[in-house]
Amino acid sequence: MIAIIDYRAGNLTSVARAVRQLGFECTVTDDRKEIEGAERIIFPGVGAAGKAMTDLVSLGLDEMLRDAFGAGKPILGICLGTQIIFDRSEEDDTHCLGLLQGVVRRFPEPLMLDGERLKVPHMGWNQVVWTGEHPVFTGLDARASYYFVHSYYCDPVAQETVMGRTEYGITFASAVAKDNLVAVQFHPEKSGRPGLGILRNFCNWKP
Amino acid sequence: MLNKRIIPCLDVRNGKTTKGIKFKDNVDIGDPVAMARFYYNEGADELVFYDITASSDHRSIMLDVVERTAREIFIPFSVGGGIRTVDDMRAVLLAGAEKVSVNTAAVQNPDIIAEGARAFGSQCIVLGMDVKQVEKSDRIPSGYEIVIHGGRTYMGIDALWWAREAENLGAGEICLNSIDADGTGKGYEMTLTRMISEAVNIPVIASGGAGHPQHLFDVLTEAKADAALIASMTHYGHYTVSQIKEYLSDRGVPVRMLW
Repeated sequence: MIAIIDYRAGNLTSVARAVRQLGFECTVTDDRKEIEGAERIIFPGVGAAGKAMTDLVSLGLDEMLRDAFGAGKPILGICLGTQIIFDRSEEDDTHCLGLLQGVVRRFPEPLMLDGERLKVPHMGWNQVVWTGEHPVFTGLDARASYYFVHSYYCDPVAQETVMGRTEYGITFASAVAKDNLVAVQFHPEKSGRPGLGILRNFCNWKP
Repeated sequence: MLNKRIIPCLDVRNGKTTKGIKFKDNVDIGDPVAMARFYYNEGADELVFYDITASSDHRSIMLDVVERTAREIFIPFSVGGGIRTVDDMRAVLLAGAEKVSVNTAAVQNPDIIAEGARAFGSQCIVLGMDVKQVEKSDRIPSGYEIVIHGGRTYMGIDALWWAREAENLGAGEICLNSIDADGTGKGYEMTLTRMISEAVNIPVIASGGAGHPQHLFDVLTEAKADAALIASMTHYGHYTVSQIKEYLSDRGVPVRMLW
């Protein structure tokens, strides 16, 4: 069973639908016992970092996630979930989980490319340049695009944790991994077959 | 580099897709779930469902369409038409849509944009704007006015002002529909699209008038749209989404070519 953590951060049904479509059992839950009993954890989310952290703490899920990471359980972060695993976010100046060292930063203003101002949020399909070898990010066509929606980006300290990078005015880490944790800035559940491929890899992953 | 998005729009009435010419003489052309699956497989980057029945009686029919679609396609899709409250938004999002679009309701009650953005995040809230060209005046300095009721009612609101206002209220995206161009197949409203796209810092989807891949090229380059809505040109089989994408890609427009 895969636990999709429900901490009131946006609509999590699409992640569950995608996982079920791939033939894996999952549950969307905020119940500690249920999450602790799960074989693996997906930590998704959209919205703002400040409110998300407040809700996580009030549900007691921050400690639970740190424990699960320490215990070696496979964890997949998605979008806001990915940002929250770092030390700190500039969004609402939020103290985050600190599973990975680094800061989540706002895209610079103005964000420019070839003399044109880029819009923020970064919304739509963009490429990932895969820079690391990882079982969850394997079997992917380098030409594939993934669906992004975000105004903040992850700036990890340890460059060896960066598995993929994406360009949008700046180059940022769009996929990171450390031990039993993988995390992506894009939405694999909304990224067509390439995204489903990553979800499937995660569901089968034995770190 | 961020790709330009090609977005088929499915008008849905009583659970069936239609495509009207200038909002009149709508004809049924199929099952929305089947069409969504077809476009997903063809490489559409996103889909829009527009519920043109939009009376409360038909709400459950539309939610059923959204739920069945969400089980089969794994790209973003939005739902618009008759969404008036945060509860309406919640129902559509929980049924599996990525975004909701508000149009008339936002003109009549702009707070719905802010309320929706607070509840679900700006990325969920698309402002749909129906626009007609008018004489420039003190009231409508841009020469483009917001209309509702399929273009029959002029609202006395300047389109440029409204786009900026919606961005300030928390809209995450604008779907800009020219009533003048809609259904003509003669190309998008270039002047309007460029004006709005340069004025806001959120993505603008151009809508109305697409008949040839050249029209998409023009609006995505010269008029600076971030995405282009299409309907008749693919619904009736004149072009496929992949043909349009090849045309754009060959001419240097970044589009998603692998799906």
